[in-house]
Amino acid sequence: MHFPPDHFRTTAPPRRITGSEMIWDACVTEGVSLLFGHPGGAILPAYDALAIYEAEGLLHHVLVRHEQCAAHMADGYARATGEVGVCVATSGPGATNLVTGIATAQMDSVPIVCITGQVPSPMLGTDAFQEADIVGVTQPVCKHNYLVTDVADLPMVMKEAFYIAREGRPGPVLVDVCKDVQIAEGEFRYDMEVKLPGFDPYPASWQDALADAADLINAAESPLIMAGHGIHLAGVSDVLLRIVEKAEIPVVTTLLGTGNITETHPLSLGMGGMHGEAYANEAVQACDVLIALGMRFDDRITGRLDRFAKQASVVHFELDKAEVGKNVQPDVAVVGDLAETLPALEPLIHPNTHAEWLASLTDRKLSSAGKDILTFELDELVPPFVMRQIWSETTNLRDPGDVLVATDVGQHQMWESQYFVHERAGQLLTSGGLGTMGYGLPAAMGAQMAWSDKLVWAIVGDGGFQMTMQELATIQQEKLPVKIAIINNGFLGMVRQWQQLFHDKRYVGTPVLSPDYVMLAAAYGIPACKVEEPGQVAEAVRAANTTDGPYLIDFQVKEEVNVYPMVAPGAAVDELIRRPHIVQDHGGVVPSF
Amino acid sequence: MKHILAAWMRDRPGVLNRVTGLLSRRNFNIDSLQVSASEEPGISRMTFEVSGDDRTLEQVRSQLIKLVDVTRVESFAQEAIVKRELALVRVAVGPDERRQVLDLIQVFEATVEDISRTDMLIQIVGREEKIDSLIGLLRDYHLLEMVRTGPVAIVRSAMANVESEPALEPAGDTWQGGGV
Repeated sequence: MHFPPDHFRTTAPPRRITGSEMIWDACVTEGVSLLFGHPGGAILPAYDALAIYEAEGLLHHVLVRHEQCAAHMADGYARATGEVGVCVATSGPGATNLVTGIATAQMDSVPIVCITGQVPSPMLGTDAFQEADIVGVTQPVCKHNYLVTDVADLPMVMKEAFYIAREGRPGPVLVDVCKDVQIAEGEFRYDMEVKLPGFDPYPASWQDALADAADLINAAESPLIMAGHGIHLAGVSDVLLRIVEKAEIPVVTTLLGTGNITETHPLSLGMGGMHGEAYANEAVQACDVLIALGMRFDDRITGRLDRFAKQASVVHFELDKAEVGKNVQPDVAVVGDLAETLPALEPLIHPNTHAEWLASLTDRKLSSAGKDILTFELDELVPPFVMRQIWSETTNLRDPGDVLVATDVGQHQMWESQYFVHERAGQLLTSGGLGTMGYGLPAAMGAQMAWSDKLVWAIVGDGGFQMTMQELATIQQEKLPVKIAIINNGFLGMVRQWQQLFHDKRYVGTPVLSPDYVMLAAAYGIPACKVEEPGQVAEAVRAANTTDGPYLIDFQVKEEVNVYPMVAPGAAVDELIRRPHIVQDHGGVVPSF
Repeated sequence: MKHILAAWMRDRPGVLNRVTGLLSRRNFNIDSLQVSASEEPGISRMTFEVSGDDRTLEQVRSQLIKLVDVTRVESFAQEAIVKRELALVRVAVGPDERRQVLDLIQVFEATVEDISRTDMLIQIVGREEKIDSLIGLLRDYHLLEMVRTGPVAIVRSAMANVESEPALEPAGDTWQGGGV
C-alpha cells in the first residue's frame, strides 16, 4: 500500500482508520521518523499497524533491550535535534520501565512523547495481566499525560501531546492507549486547533521588567552571567555572545549550559557549582549583578542558598514562572521566552568594559587553574588526562562542532565537563537534574540516530555502563558508530569520593567488579581495546575515531582519584575542597591524589 | 500564615489527583480542600487553604497554574471574602438535656436535622471559628459522630480585585468567633 501524496499534511481530509494507524499518522504528520521501543501484548495492534509505515520508509523502529533506554534514546535524540523524541512500550512492566527515562527528561526539560499500550478499557482497574496505572505512576514525573479509552479522543490527544511536549518549557508527555482503542476505528483528522485554556507556554508580560533588568546590568561594575539550559533550548547562544562581547560580561554556565558560549572564549569562566572551577564560583560570590539566563538555581550550582551571591543583585530571565523565586528571589524577573526576551534586551545593553573586574577574575583564574586542573603529562593513567586526550585527539580529527558527547553520571561526568572544551550549546548530553546512571550510552545512541554523520562519544563509568550495557546489542542491530569510553576505576567513583571525604573512607557498596569489557564487546561483535598506560590513550582514541562503526575503549584508570574542586553538599560555593597538594616532578607539576 | 486559594480546572478524570499530588510532592502544607462545580459547565472549582509565607503562596500559585488542566488560580485576601464551612454533628442527648442543646443551637443559628429519643443531628454553617465554638460546647455532651467540610470561599461583590479596601460586612453576619 502507498499513502497518497498529501496523506500526512495537517490539512489532509478526514479518514476512517484504526486507533493504531492514528498513532502513527499523527507521529508522521508531526515530523517523527524514529521510534525507540519494545513491543508487548497491549501495544501489539499498534506494532502490527507499524509494518506499513516501516515498509514505506516513513517510520523506523529501534528495538531497545530495556524500555528505560527507549526513553533515554528518545531523550538523546530530542536533545541533539530540538525535535520531539518518541518512545513506545507495552503496558505494565514495559511502561514502568520507562519511568526513569521520563523523570530524566522532565528534570532536564526534554521534549519526548511516550506511547504506551494499556489493557483493554473494559479490564481497567481489574489488576489484569500486565496492567499498571502508568498515568498515575508518571503524573509526578511528566509534563502531562493521558489515558485514552475512546478512539474518538485519540487524534486530539496525540496533537495535544506533541504540542505540550514541544511548546513552552519542554518536557515529557505520556499517552497511554487501551488495546481496544488501538483496534477500534474512528475518524482521523489533524487540522483541529489545540485549545488548552490552562496551558500558557509563553508568558508575554515581560516588557516592563526588561528596562529594569537593562538598567541594573548597565549600571553594574562587576556583572556576571550565569547561563543555563534555557539558552540552548531557546537557540539564543548567538545573542548571548553578542551581549557578552558588547558589555564585556563574563559567563559562568550550569552543567546543562556548557558550551552556551565557546569555552575558549576569554569571557568564558566555564562551569560553576559543586565541581565548577574555583574562579567561576569565586566570581559568583564577588559579582555585583548576577544575570541568570534560562536556569533554575539548582542546589548543585548554588551550594548553600543563604550564602549564594548574597552581595549581588539578581536578574532572572526565565520562561517558567514557577522557577522564579523558587530557590533564589531575584531583584528583577523577566518571565518569558528567552528567544524573545534576550533579543529584546540586546539593544538596551550599553557597550561597556569592565577591565578591573576582568583583571581580578584573571588573577583568580591563574591562582586556581594550575591547582585544580591538569593540563600536563602524568606517569599514571588518571581520568582527567584521559578526558583531555579524548577531546584533543577527537577534535584534531574532526571539527569540534561535529562532535557530540553523552555522559553517564558521576566522576567521569564532572571530568568531562571540566576537561572537554565545549564549543557550542547542546554539545554535551547529560542527565543534570535527575542524575541518572545508565543514561550515557542510550543517549549517545539517540543522538547518533539523529546525526549519522557526527562523531558521538559515550563517556561512561564502569558503574553506569553496567546499568545499560545491554544496549550494545542495539548498537550492533542498528549499526550505530557510537564510540564508547569506559572510565573504569573499579568503584562507583563519585559515591566513593563522598565516602572518602565525608564517611571516613568506609567504602560500603562502592567497589564494582567489571567484566572484561573487551571480551564483552567482542561478544557483540564490537571492536574494542584496553588502555592501561598514559602512552596508549592517544592511539586508542585514534583507533576509535577512525574505525568505521562502534568502538569501545576500557580505560583502566587509577582507582582513587577525586574530582576537584568540590563544594561539599550544604557548603557555600566558595567553600571549596581543593586538590590536596602538588608535587614538583621532572615532567612538570604533578598533582598528588 | 493561612492563605485561601481557589483553582479552576477542567473536569477531567484524575484532575483532583493531579492537584493534590502536586501539592504533596512540592511539600506544600494544605489545611483543607474542597472541590465543587463552578458556574461554568465542565470547570470544577477547588478551594483550599495553604499555610506558609507569601513566597510559598506564590510558589503554590505558579506550580498549580502549570498543570495543563488548571485554567485559573486566585488567592484571596482574608478580609475580601465570604468564607463558610458546614458541619454535621450527632450528639447523644436524652430528653433531660434536650432543652439546653436546643438553646445552644438557637444562639448559633444552627439547625436540627434529625432527632430521636437518644440523639440529635445538628447542622451548622458559618465561619470556622463559629463552628469550632459550637463543637467545643457540644463536647460537654456525648459527641457521637461528626463530619465537617473545609471552607469554601468567594469574593464579596464589591471587593473583587480590590484587596486593599476594607471588606463590607453584610447585615446579620457579625460573628467574631469565640464563646457565647
